[in-house]
Amino acid sequence: MPLLSVEKLTKSFGGLTAVSNVNMHIDKGELIGLIGPNGAGKTTLFNLLTGVYVPTSGSIKLDLNGSIKELGGLKPYDVTKSGLARTFQNIRLFKDLTVLDNIRIAMHQNVGYAMPSALFRSNKFYAEEDRMKLEAEQLMDIFKLSHKKNELAKNLPYGEQRHLEIVRAMATKPVLLLLDEPAAGMNPNETAELTKTIAQIRKEFNLTVLLIEHDMSLVMKICERIYVLNYGMMIASGLPAEVRSNKKVIESYLGEDISDASNKKS
Amino acid sequence: MRVLNKKNIITFGIIVAVFAVVQVLITMKIINAFYEITLATICINIILAVSLNLVTGFTGQFSLGHAGFMSIGAYVCALISMNTDSTFGFLIGIFAGAIAAALVGILIGIPTLRLKGDYLAIATLGMAEIIRVLFLNMEITNGAAGLSGIPRNTNWTWLFVFLMATIILINNFIRSSHGRACISIREDEIAAESMGVNTTKYKVMAFALGAFFAGIAGGLYASYFYFIKPNVFGFMKSVDVLVIVVLGGLGSISGSVIAAILLAVLTTFLQQFTEVRMIIYAALLVAIMLFRPQGLLGTKEITDMFKNKNTEKIE
Repeated sequence: MPLLSVEKLTKSFGGLTAVSNVNMHIDKGELIGLIGPNGAGKTTLFNLLTGVYVPTSGSIKLDLNGSIKELGGLKPYDVTKSGLARTFQNIRLFKDLTVLDNIRIAMHQNVGYAMPSALFRSNKFYAEEDRMKLEAEQLMDIFKLSHKKNELAKNLPYGEQRHLEIVRAMATKPVLLLLDEPAAGMNPNETAELTKTIAQIRKEFNLTVLLIEHDMSLVMKICERIYVLNYGMMIASGLPAEVRSNKKVIESYLGEDISDASNKKS
Repeated sequence: MRVLNKKNIITFGIIVAVFAVVQVLITMKIINAFYEITLATICINIILAVSLNLVTGFTGQFSLGHAGFMSIGAYVCALISMNTDSTFGFLIGIFAGAIAAALVGILIGIPTLRLKGDYLAIATLGMAEIIRVLFLNMEITNGAAGLSGIPRNTNWTWLFVFLMATIILINNFIRSSHGRACISIREDEIAAESMGVNTTKYKVMAFALGAFFAGIAGGLYASYFYFIKPNVFGFMKSVDVLVIVVLGGLGSISGSVIAAILLAVLTTFLQQFTEVRMIIYAALLVAIMLFRPQGLLGTKEITDMFKNKNTEKIE
């Protein structure tokens, strides 16, 4: 059984079907790309997977070491607790908080003390706070953000903000990481840096990654398999080389071949 | 016990010193009976403002119903201490009032906290009005005439104890993981949910905690001024508290403390100019908001000024 299996997933908003009958599966340790033209429904699919939207029909199943959990209909925080973490297409950091606090908030779901302990500062409170701080610092060390730990998130340069979003998602200790256009707005240098980071995450944390991306050089280079979405439907899937030469994919991006069309006429 | 660290012991020393100085001033009659009333108002207003700051400033939920919770605390404490006239009765009353306010906070918070911004403000305003009208029509609360002859079991010592307890507990909450979860809701609710924060739970938690301390403030009010009626806890009382919070800075506990003191001193001082008093008061508020829209302290705390930026420690 794959780590995540999506079956016949559909989401309609009134008369518009944003995602229709999507099937996909992700095995443990894979790096999967999700591509498609603008408005194809990629982010909607992400929002369905992470609980932001409730599916109209279909199922999302997560295999946690043999016990299978249905994610469709769960609240976002429950989905995160189950082991899915995400980043956002338009950066959604806690802007007025420090880098350290951004990371510690993501660790909150695993905090080991209750509210009264916080109010009266029990020994457990101190012990847990120390642990969280230490873990946050280890994460920041790995992602080279340590020197900025007391910087407000909004004051970081754009590339580092994208970076921090990934680090924050990592702090929830996910098994599956969903990245929504991590390279959007980055220059080639920053994209190269990001490619390295993603590779590093997979190696060090033994993670499975699903990413939406428009930067084809990035997708083709690092993704092991690719799913292509258009008008809410899965039109192709397979290895990068297969997808690249798939006629339907080329059509969805570039439109129908004119010479083809004129050939048919004559 | 790591609570007994050097920093906390020093803080405790400062708190005791402040208490002693004021106590000496009262004993020496430098703070006379008139100023003592101002002092009590300041303490009660600080408790109200700090607890509202938790809801509005830190969790980002705009509430206009704080006076409602205060009135619950006031009536419960008044009724209990009128039956058991002793310090014990007063303490039972004040905690019963606070717990009652917190329970109402949970009850009202669950349906209303799914609203945002101005919608929530209207809902909480309506809730406070319902509470006020209930007290106005109930027999046990003596309707519009209110309750008089409430035994005065509180004094500067009790006011100060409850004031400090409120500030310390709310400060501890804010500087814990649970507090950070609340702040993350203010910053970005969607991101907070995606990072595993059960937003409804923490909104209700902040709301209930805020209501609890508002209830304490109400109990102190009833006990100190020994007369309460529903109109005292009207819409304007909620606005007064909100003014203190906004003036001090949304998200700054010390800001609320300073603003509460400042406004009380200002009101007392302006009493010499009876005719233009409210005009000057309003004009000053407008001026401060124009020049410092983020409030006196913004989201900073007074203690941040003495702190080295790179050596943050949890103590």
